[in-house]
Amino acid sequence: MPIAHIMASGMTGMRAAGDLVARMQFAKNMRIGEAKDFVAKKLGVENADLSDEFVMREIREDLDIGVITSVPGCAKGIAAKMNIEKLLGIDINCCDTFRNTIA
Amino acid sequence: MATEYFLRMGDGQKIFMTKEDILADIAAGCADAADLGDIPTLSEDEMDHMLDIITAPGRIVGVEPGMEVPVTHDIGAIRIDGDQGNSGVGIPASRLVGSMIHERAFGADTMELGHIDYSFKPVKPVISQEQQTMEVCQQNMVIPMLYGAMPNMGLYYTPDGPFENPGDLMKAFKISEAQESIQKAGDHGIRDMVWIMQKLQKVGSDGVNFDTIGAAGDGDMYASLNAIEALRKEFPGMYINAGMAGELVLGMHGDLEYDGTRLAGLWPHEQVLLAEKAGANTFGPVCNTNTSKTSAWNMGRSVTFTKAAVEASSIPCHADMGMGVGGIPMLETPPIDAVTRASKAIVEIAGVDGI
Repeated sequence: MPIAHIMASGMTGMRAAGDLVARMQFAKNMRIGEAKDFVAKKLGVENADLSDEFVMREIREDLDIGVITSVPGCAKGIAAKMNIEKLLGIDINCCDTFRNTIA
Repeated sequence: MATEYFLRMGDGQKIFMTKEDILADIAAGCADAADLGDIPTLSEDEMDHMLDIITAPGRIVGVEPGMEVPVTHDIGAIRIDGDQGNSGVGIPASRLVGSMIHERAFGADTMELGHIDYSFKPVKPVISQEQQTMEVCQQNMVIPMLYGAMPNMGLYYTPDGPFENPGDLMKAFKISEAQESIQKAGDHGIRDMVWIMQKLQKVGSDGVNFDTIGAAGDGDMYASLNAIEALRKEFPGMYINAGMAGELVLGMHGDLEYDGTRLAGLWPHEQVLLAEKAGANTFGPVCNTNTSKTSAWNMGRSVTFTKAAVEASSIPCHADMGMGVGGIPMLETPPIDAVTRASKAIVEIAGVDGI
């Protein structure tokens, strides 16, 4: 059933930019329109591109913010989230925890 | 003979109705919500839009391009490895693997980790395992990863918990004793939920999904709102989703309040204001499905309640759209035609910020 929702109404996560829009909703209480505007501006795309896998695939690779398929050398896990922190201008808890661990 | 269209009953059974009958059911569902919640019903245009969604010829429907919204989850990876006769499909996999399947294979926008019992209370004895699993999930995943659990105050009453069962006390006409028991259970629940999330935030959790707030009535909501308030104070950047159990908060206690507002009898558009005040980032409005009514009636009712909550809210609303809520049939394998129609209607008509 969750797949049905994702296909009918979802932003498809890392296939496109769904994780980034969700982060801004959670991190800054942004409503859907504001969150999409914010992320689109940061990525330099139109709002409609945020759910477009064709557009987002190359952008995600270029910015190294995590891609959905296995690409050798691309940032994964916390490394990708550290790049998302810089892109969106937010702190992510596990990145802070990781930095404290290696400090 | 008039053309008939297929739709579903609230239990998932396929039925056939004419356009006129479907529209009449939509209007009746909307009117029921409007009457109960003292909120506006949907406009004629909105009801016609819902009719178009229900009678669309394809098996699967979807929102118009550009209207997509992030999807959050309840139960988390347990739907992959859960094997205790619930909605899990029993595939042997760790919760990390299940979470990564959601991220990489299903295209989930967010994910959550949950204990197999999915309530806060039983997490306490295994908190170290939950911390380790959360830590490993955070190291490997990119999408926001919450910890999800139910406040489930029912576990705090006898025979499962330390406090006398308020249902038993009420049957003996010991009303004040029942209220005292609910209050004590609520206070104990607050301590548990805060303690568990302190531990999980320490290892890098993005935040928490309070799932099915109010399932045990107003005491459940009292505990959840106070836990949210305490967590927001301690962790300003924590992601907090407040997801409800039903459209109405049942007054098991009857007199409990949050910030001067009585909790018993609150509808979604009133619940969201308290979730926001307590410090939640997102709110999950719910409308339970009536299995004896059609999906047209249930969708009309659900969208009316949810639209009022979305309009009253200043935080994002992620509507609860699981089995048996949001106009979706009460069935562990809800038909895809019904799920996608309810999904499209809640986004395009209620205007939710997420699902």
